[in-house]
Amino acid sequence: MTSLAPSPASFVNAQDRVLNVENLEVAYGEVQVVFGVGLHVSKGELVGLVGGNGSGKSTILRVLSGMLRARAGTATYRQHNLNGVPPHKITDLGVAHVPMGRQLFGQMTVEENLLMGAYLPRTRAGRTQNLQKVYDFFPRLVDKRSTPAAALSGGEQQMVAIGRALMSEPEVLLMDEPSLGLAPLVVSEVMRVIGSLRELGLTVLLVEQNVRQVLKVTDRTYVLELGKLVKVGPSRDLMGDPDIIKAYLGV
Amino acid sequence: MDSASVTAFFQTLVQGLLTGGLYALIGTGLSLIFGVMKVINFAHGDFLAIGMFITLALFKAFNIDPYLSLLVVAPAGFALGFLIQRFVLARLGDRLGEGSMLATLGLGLIVSNTLLLTFGAQPQSINVPYATTTFQFAGVQISIPLLVAGLGTLVAIVGLNLLLYRTELGRAIRATAQNPLGAELQGVKTTQIQAIVFGLGVAFAAIAGVLLMPLLYTFPTVGENYTTKAFIVTVLGGLGNLPGAVAGGLVLGVIESLGAFYISNNYRDAYGLIAFLLVLLLRPEGLFGKTVKRV
Repeated sequence: MTSLAPSPASFVNAQDRVLNVENLEVAYGEVQVVFGVGLHVSKGELVGLVGGNGSGKSTILRVLSGMLRARAGTATYRQHNLNGVPPHKITDLGVAHVPMGRQLFGQMTVEENLLMGAYLPRTRAGRTQNLQKVYDFFPRLVDKRSTPAAALSGGEQQMVAIGRALMSEPEVLLMDEPSLGLAPLVVSEVMRVIGSLRELGLTVLLVEQNVRQVLKVTDRTYVLELGKLVKVGPSRDLMGDPDIIKAYLGV
Repeated sequence: MDSASVTAFFQTLVQGLLTGGLYALIGTGLSLIFGVMKVINFAHGDFLAIGMFITLALFKAFNIDPYLSLLVVAPAGFALGFLIQRFVLARLGDRLGEGSMLATLGLGLIVSNTLLLTFGAQPQSINVPYATTTFQFAGVQISIPLLVAGLGTLVAIVGLNLLLYRTELGRAIRATAQNPLGAELQGVKTTQIQAIVFGLGVAFAAIAGVLLMPLLYTFPTVGENYTTKAFIVTVLGGLGNLPGAVAGGLVLGVIESLGAFYISNNYRDAYGLIAFLLVLLLRPEGLFGKTVKRV
């Protein structure tokens, strides 16, 4: 497999590209951290974006969810520009973000956290139905519905964060390091959940440090190093790639 | 204890609780603003002064009953707070922390000096027939305006609780207080929530001003004293803790009232400050806050 070769998915009709990023350059003040990165996610795809600390993967995600403005390049969701658009508007477009550290409302109950996910007027009509769907998807949360979010375990909190994002009826889910701070066993569980998001018809961009887990569940994966794209390809192929094995999977 | 001194005690207690209700109203506004925006509003008392002076002006110009001016003062206070957040505090961006202290201090100076220019420095009051009337209950004399103030506070605080715990907007306000980034990602326009919250906080201070007007003289710098009292109330109750602010207000009112009656009326304001210092030294998280520091 050659790096940066167009993957099968990039031959699909450009209109099926739900998320599209081109020549993205991002800097924190004077320090540039992302250098001309391009990536796309097609309808229904589960795509990974991996790399070590400071590789710029979370930075790219923060541009897509409106928390950060890129210096140059484009970031679009369907026909909508995302760069410089405030987060609440991006959520309303249909791009939900499961943020790093989960960012739950700690003193609110699980159910209130989920209901906050359906705050947008366009999502209110389906709120009761979606709440039931989330409980069906995460049966463990049913018994915890009246528990304050801060009292849950890390894995349960991650489920609330994902459930809350689902409540906004998104087409695209951006996930920022969902495995962060979780026990290894819980990480596998969360990853299984992410894998099954496809069954809900979602398009997912998953940012993770845990390369092994990402390659197991995703269709394609982009690998970043120091703000530059170094590899892209079907995750199954990358799992056998000598460079990837050496740098990320260990032997 | 003979019955006269028992009555005197209850008299003092009731007076303290009713005055404390007003402090609770003032403190709740300050605490709400802090809870959601992490901004300490140094102009809080000056917004109260605005409420007093609007009431005074309406009474002098059109002979409007002070309580009727609530219909003007409450929306005006809300609008003022909303606009201040929009056009002053929101502009501070990442420097909201230190910036807001200077900005609200500055706004307070602008308010008090504008009041000085417009109304002059001399203390002024409103003469309404019911100002000195009382109501007797089980031997305890209760001043009617003080009772109205207590009831007004009750209505405002119950209303705020209904808003916060029974409405979509309230849930969004609580979400923004607990995690602004999390709220923004759910589609909450947090800048608008902050403007609404600052509006509510200012409206509460201004409403307290209206309720105080039949009881007290007003002068342009009347607010300073109430900014201090609002701080005492919120520190007693724990910053950002709304039930704490209500309890803190009642405690302050009772401390002042008992101190004034049993020790000396000259030091009325000092008792609250002593309580404030004691709480800061012994329980800096507030009387009712959790022992863990909340972020």
